[in-house]
Amino acid sequence: MAEAYFDAAAAAPLHPVARQALLAALEDGWADPGKLYAQARRARQLLEAAQAAVAQVLGVRPEEVTFTASGTAAAQAAVLGGLAGRQRAGRVLVHSAIEHSAVLHVAERQEAVAVPVDRLGRLDLQAWGAAVRRPGVALAALISASHEVGTVQPVAAAADLCDAAGVPLYVDAAQSVGRVPVPGGWSILSASAHKWGGPPGVGVLVVRKGVRWEPPARSGPPDLPAIVAAAAALRAVAADAEAEAARLSALVDRIRATVAATVPDVEVVGDPVDRLPHLVTFSVLYVDGEALLHALDRRGFAVSSGSSCTSDTLRPSHVLEAMGVLSHGNVRVSLHRETTPEQVDEFLAVLPDVVASLRAEAGVLDL
Amino acid sequence: MTGPPEVLDCRGQRCPLPVIALARRLPQLPVGSVLRVLADDPAAANDIPAWCRMRGQEYAGSPAEHAYDVRRVA
Repeated sequence: MAEAYFDAAAAAPLHPVARQALLAALEDGWADPGKLYAQARRARQLLEAAQAAVAQVLGVRPEEVTFTASGTAAAQAAVLGGLAGRQRAGRVLVHSAIEHSAVLHVAERQEAVAVPVDRLGRLDLQAWGAAVRRPGVALAALISASHEVGTVQPVAAAADLCDAAGVPLYVDAAQSVGRVPVPGGWSILSASAHKWGGPPGVGVLVVRKGVRWEPPARSGPPDLPAIVAAAAALRAVAADAEAEAARLSALVDRIRATVAATVPDVEVVGDPVDRLPHLVTFSVLYVDGEALLHALDRRGFAVSSGSSCTSDTLRPSHVLEAMGVLSHGNVRVSLHRETTPEQVDEFLAVLPDVVASLRAEAGVLDL
Repeated sequence: MTGPPEVLDCRGQRCPLPVIALARRLPQLPVGSVLRVLADDPAAANDIPAWCRMRGQEYAGSPAEHAYDVRRVA
């Protein structure tokens, strides 16, 4: 049976460089880097080297980089700290309708304006401009590219509108860092190490110098070995990001074209061109998303879904809802450095039969 | 068209069942008539208009919570 892991957007397999760095750092980096003895100084040096490595890849200063316990924690700290730092300017959080749930969780608990996206999942820049110009806006939040459908967001243009309105911009770059460049102009950025092949449990928070940001919570000593591994992996993936993006993007093009041609009544969603290199989403009419995931899993393919039946809340993905595209029968395929063309071809070979047999079971082949 | 629309009660059904029921029933109605789908699955609000777009039928709006009107045009 084929064995293909296609859920890099949730967590990419650990990069071999990260594994090596992790083992080495377990020897040298176990002490609390905040203390004042030799072991702590060694740990401190490792932490500073990791900050410098991440800063270099992101094009920022090392002292602007901090590490958190996860990408989600970094996103929360970015929003809560950005709002707290601008309390005197206002209370409103402006955000796109397709942000990560960590951002929406904060938005639900305070005054917020959600800016819509179009059918392809791209931010409505006119509405964004109007929203950030409103009085009382403390912070604007925009995801660099949709983690569910891959559409790249107009970060540079959104940043210009924020700049003109005097509103700081937070960019959730979890799906972009290590794969594609992130435009500048933002004040706060977050990322997540296990999206680029680092270990789980490491988030990155970048606050540019001069930005008003207040730490929302006191954090304990960092997981230094994991941070060292995350930084090593980022340096490694950044070195061949361009070639890898081209390779994966060609595979995604193949998936987009083949699925549309070989599976009847399927909607391939997201922007076909201005998209992440490694991620593609489609929805299959009349098919239950959970049943599709299980059927693919039985054939050795690990994919994700935004369909309501696969979520804890039984609600469809807020991203698919915001785009107004079909949400049932949804499949997200996200590729990584270990993905081979053969795995993709095997997936494309079995998918039409998997869909046809599910439709036959449901008695909808005639529809 | 006048008169009350035909009602298809899909309450309690999870998606994609309401959309499947809609796809079965609508072609049996004359062109121009409206089918009101009652569905309380949260995905229906999204998927019924999406189905109309994919199938070239007209989504005629939601007259009440958990109710969706579809006009057969094709």
